[in-house]
Amino acid sequence: MTEQITGAQSLITSLEAAGVEHIFGIPGGAILPAYDPLMDSKIRHILVRHEQGAGHAAQGYAAATGRVGVCMATSGPGATNLVTPIADAHMDSVPMVAVTGQVGAASIGTDAFQEADIRGITMPITKHNFLVTDPDEIPRRIAEAFHIAATGRPGPVLVDVAKSALQTMTTFRWPTELHLPGYRPVTKPHAKQIREATRLMLESRRPVLYVGGGTIRSGASAELRKLAELTGMPVITTLMARGAFPDSHPQHLGMPGMHGTVAAVAALQKSDLIISLGARFDDRVTGNLDSFAPGALVIHADIDPAEIGKNRHADVPIVGDVREVILDLITSLTTESDAGHTGDYEGWVSFLSGVKAKYPLGYDTSEDGLAPQYVIERLGAIAGPDAIYTAGVGQHQMWAAHYVGYEKPRSWINSGGLGTMGFAVPAAMGAKVGMPGSTVWAIDGDGCFQMTNQELATCAINDIPIKVAIINNESLGMVRQWQTLFYNSRYSNTDLESKRIPDFVKLAEAYGCVGLACDSAEDVDATITKAMEINDVPVVVDFRVHRDAMVWPMVAAGTSNDDIKYARDLAPEFDQDDL
Amino acid sequence: MSRHTLSVLVENKPGVLARIAGLFSRRGFNIESLAVGPTESTDVSRMTIVVNVEDSPLEQVTKQLNKLVEVIKIVELDPATSVTRELVLVKVGATTENRGQVLDTVQLFRAKVIDVASDAITVQVTGNAGKIADFLRIMEPFGIRELVQSGMVAIGRGPRSISERSLRPVPIPTLPQHSKEPISG
Repeated sequence: MTEQITGAQSLITSLEAAGVEHIFGIPGGAILPAYDPLMDSKIRHILVRHEQGAGHAAQGYAAATGRVGVCMATSGPGATNLVTPIADAHMDSVPMVAVTGQVGAASIGTDAFQEADIRGITMPITKHNFLVTDPDEIPRRIAEAFHIAATGRPGPVLVDVAKSALQTMTTFRWPTELHLPGYRPVTKPHAKQIREATRLMLESRRPVLYVGGGTIRSGASAELRKLAELTGMPVITTLMARGAFPDSHPQHLGMPGMHGTVAAVAALQKSDLIISLGARFDDRVTGNLDSFAPGALVIHADIDPAEIGKNRHADVPIVGDVREVILDLITSLTTESDAGHTGDYEGWVSFLSGVKAKYPLGYDTSEDGLAPQYVIERLGAIAGPDAIYTAGVGQHQMWAAHYVGYEKPRSWINSGGLGTMGFAVPAAMGAKVGMPGSTVWAIDGDGCFQMTNQELATCAINDIPIKVAIINNESLGMVRQWQTLFYNSRYSNTDLESKRIPDFVKLAEAYGCVGLACDSAEDVDATITKAMEINDVPVVVDFRVHRDAMVWPMVAAGTSNDDIKYARDLAPEFDQDDL
Repeated sequence: MSRHTLSVLVENKPGVLARIAGLFSRRGFNIESLAVGPTESTDVSRMTIVVNVEDSPLEQVTKQLNKLVEVIKIVELDPATSVTRELVLVKVGATTENRGQVLDTVQLFRAKVIDVASDAITVQVTGNAGKIADFLRIMEPFGIRELVQSGMVAIGRGPRSISERSLRPVPIPTLPQHSKEPISG
């Protein structure tokens, strides 16, 4: 007879069988039975200070390693505190499994203590979710959860387990097959679509490879580079795809969108063929859809059929894993090229090179005080492309996207779709746990930092030496920027006074971290170097920057990409004759 | 706007209806009619959903529905090649004077009396939306006291079945968790 174990033991054995090595979480009443066998497991559980931190840490872990991140919480408030990271993982296609305790099966629906219908709550923000009340189902549901989270378009899966199921005796049997008749993601692209895409790519004169986060999730960076170099086409990488293609590569025009480079925005607007690889024509990229890339045909490759044609009509839809799509395109284009058929993009490439040279990224250092862009630029230069960088949301995020300089996939981790302030510190913690040999920098704003910095305690206690650069402009900077531009500089509720309260250096020290401060350009390099030398405890650097720096370029919300401003009231002029 | 009838095969599991209803409301689509019930397979339920949308949002809603793990298959039924039925139970006033007239109408529509009281009768009528509307219009003057209507169910004409697709399990793949792919650094 098979050994009788508790549902809790079955849960932990199932997580081990799924290959889990790390869990971020906090125990509580309903999940408590699971924490007892967890003590004897080889899985390392990292006790965080807030469930939101557990969720973002699991995201950072997943984004840095490509493996499924796992977080755990109790019922009710424990589970609802995971809602933000789950929604974030859903928007950014992060493979994550959240395990939550639920009140005993007999109490479900009675408004019991710490009861929340977390399965109902997370239905719209998970790829899938389960409520398990029968302990015999635990291994199967965990196996399904990991399979669904990691395959197809990755995403979060929640498994809510009733306390009664954890306490009841059961047997453990890991499934050998999965019964998911409605879940069969297509990964191999259709040959006919590849042929049609090849034809358009050869015929076009102004093509652009529009690279999205799917390229990173599918591990297609090497193949992307091969495709780019084979064709000579210009490349742009979205916020989620920074690092998918080296920033130093001459074909790279940077990031498109609301705060994109002039060259990347021009590459879309003036294009006659957009080859979208794992991108989703997000509103922050397209601006006003009606005037977005008016002359372009679209080849749209995505593993999620629902993304294709959602915002922009696709002339050639390709459903498949981006890596498989790129490999097939390379084969097909190589065959054509061997037969003497290659594309002619010379005029286009030289036009865009001109735009790139004329409108490079840049910032003003003439204002009094430390320029935030300079801090981030130096951080990227000193920590280098082997480090991993996470960010919160706002101005510092856009500057980090532009000025660090990414050469490798999975080295840039941020909250793109949901735009979750407070993402940086816990995500850095997760990334560092997953990649202990890499330097991990959280580039954070003073507003963001104050939302989740309690995880510094987790980092200090659990030997997770992350580094935090607070870009302290004592404001909710991006909101303040919009107030400057669109609300007559009326700064309603954006002044955080964080150069006065709290004292970030003392705060860092209170948490057992090293705290440093820097407020002049001359000290930036020395401060970063000093932070780089401390590897036994977390380091927090308070970079006290001037508050009026703005993120440029910018396409104002809801307007056309054609109305991009290079700096305030400064629109680029494109010489149409060059095209 | 045009009416579309979707037949959706779903796994017979708790919460599926909530997922589908939630998806429609979240994406801003109104469900005109919805009927759910068992099928020839015990593991599978079938929903017949009638929506009123343009073609391109319909494509988007179909794709979004397909993403739900428990949705197995979606087929749009063409009115020309399918049969649709609704069922209505209606309680109408019927005194000794007009009962004969009511019963004549019931017979004309091949409806059925399912309950009789001293001054009312309850009638069951089935048919497509047009027939039901006609029947109710004629019943109106007798005084409709209570009415309950099912969602529309629909089935394709001809010998083929939409569920002729194997519901075979898939072998458990090696989870990516095990494969440590090259990563940054």
